[in-house]
Amino acid sequence: MSEAGYTNLRRVLENGHFSFTAEIGPPMSGSAENVREKARKLKGYADAANITDNQTAIVRMSSIAAGYIASCEGVEPVIQMTCRDRNRIALQSDLLGAYSLGLRNVLILSGDHQSFGNHQASKNVYDVDSVQFLDGARRMAREGVFMGGSKLKDPVDFFLGTTANPFADPEELQLIRLEKKIRAGAKFVQTQGIYDVEKFRRWMKLVRERGIHERAYIIAGVVVNKTQKSIEMTAVVPGMDIPEHIIGRMRAAEKKDEEGVNIALDLIGEIRTIEGIAGVHVMAIGWESIVATIAERAGMLPRPVFERPCAFRGE
Amino acid sequence: MIVAEQKKMDEILRSIRGYRSVAVVACGTCVAVSMSGGEKEALKIASIIRHRAKLDGLDTRVTVTSAIRQCDMEFLDELDDAPGMVDSDCVLSLGCGAGVQFMVEKYPYKVVVPGLNTTFLGVNRAPGYWTEMCQGCGNCVLERTGGICPVSRCCKSHFNGPCGGSSGGKCEIDPDIGCAWQMIYDRLKRIGQEDRLLDINEARDWRTSRDGGPRGHIRADIVVAEDTQRE
Repeated sequence: MSEAGYTNLRRVLENGHFSFTAEIGPPMSGSAENVREKARKLKGYADAANITDNQTAIVRMSSIAAGYIASCEGVEPVIQMTCRDRNRIALQSDLLGAYSLGLRNVLILSGDHQSFGNHQASKNVYDVDSVQFLDGARRMAREGVFMGGSKLKDPVDFFLGTTANPFADPEELQLIRLEKKIRAGAKFVQTQGIYDVEKFRRWMKLVRERGIHERAYIIAGVVVNKTQKSIEMTAVVPGMDIPEHIIGRMRAAEKKDEEGVNIALDLIGEIRTIEGIAGVHVMAIGWESIVATIAERAGMLPRPVFERPCAFRGE
Repeated sequence: MIVAEQKKMDEILRSIRGYRSVAVVACGTCVAVSMSGGEKEALKIASIIRHRAKLDGLDTRVTVTSAIRQCDMEFLDELDDAPGMVDSDCVLSLGCGAGVQFMVEKYPYKVVVPGLNTTFLGVNRAPGYWTEMCQGCGNCVLERTGGICPVSRCCKSHFNGPCGGSSGGKCEIDPDIGCAWQMIYDRLKRIGQEDRLLDINEARDWRTSRDGGPRGHIRADIVVAEDTQRE
């Protein structure tokens, strides 16, 4: 029997399995088929899939709509919600909407600044920051109240998560902020894509020293690059440190896509051994078909299944 | 101070096109200090307008006058006696947005156009270099953040620490912008208040900012009742 906030991802983690999640980037169109196609490639290979919320501030199908479509295909979504585009009225309304559709994993983040996207002239909202929104979402679920203080008519529940960038500055303050996010309500944390394992190892040591990994599941992000261009573009993202030996590997490789997969597998292999890591989150945006291969070659199959998405069950 | 920058001359010339007598009015306070709307700038703009009118074969009359502050009716009233003011059919105000609008209230039957873009509340860091420091949000938190404003100086107005885009003390959106939270962190440590970094700052009440509608205050100890009618 499923309970309101019990998602497959939550059960996987709570039962001590090493989680394996993937990502679906909604299309720059209203095509449900596009989402279905991506979801079909992940079904049975990932415990859940993040549905990004207008990532890099480029307009795409809403994460909730795309998440519902994915759930109809049998892939449990993790709905990403950024604080960039919506005030607290819209954020809470969308949380209720997501809940009503059976979408219970919610990943709360600040969101890429709109100056990176294709609507640079837009207003940046940030009525609340991600800590404040996590706190609001947790209070909706735990205390049954909206941020404005009034009561919800019926209870809701969510499995709340957030992000962390192990390579951002200042290091100590980033950890303090991560702890605040956990105090505010985050139960799982997905990190920025890891390339520099040594640096990540040092960060995880600090995480363990603070006991953060005991208060939330730390899931390491791994990006899969298909081309030289894609790794080079990732390398220029501020705070994304890609060691030269990895870029060099890609450069030297004849078959870039194969080498991209090999790099991702090596990273997963190294990351798995780090104490305090609860799972990996594979980001293969635009290359969903490779996730099954990675899951298999990384020894992640078969995936345990605790819950099937409500929409898939026909609820 | 209120910082402003002059509009492009083309835009100014377009907005005054067709008027017979243009009164260019400088403002002697903030925008004079930020070197955009003072008397010196007004004289320069007036001479360009005259020159352009001459090239176009127009007989536009251009006068220059200055108010100590365009945001104070007391000083606007003094403009009535300035040469060319009463006869002008267009006022080019070099005040900030407040000055332009108060000019409209002063001269309800004249066309009033802005000569400046009001940019922000800021400081002068070096000759010709101003940066934003305050958004006038109406609920100052500087005592909690080591005297560095997260509302105006963080690109995402974060209240609980930096986003993942803080790198080497800089903001990811522009390497010329310092990360406000790096500055807050350094400063709180320096003054022994790093414990403040642990506080969860709750969601803000933005009613004191513009989100509550246009703001006004009344000081009961100063006000004369009949003066408080707002437009």
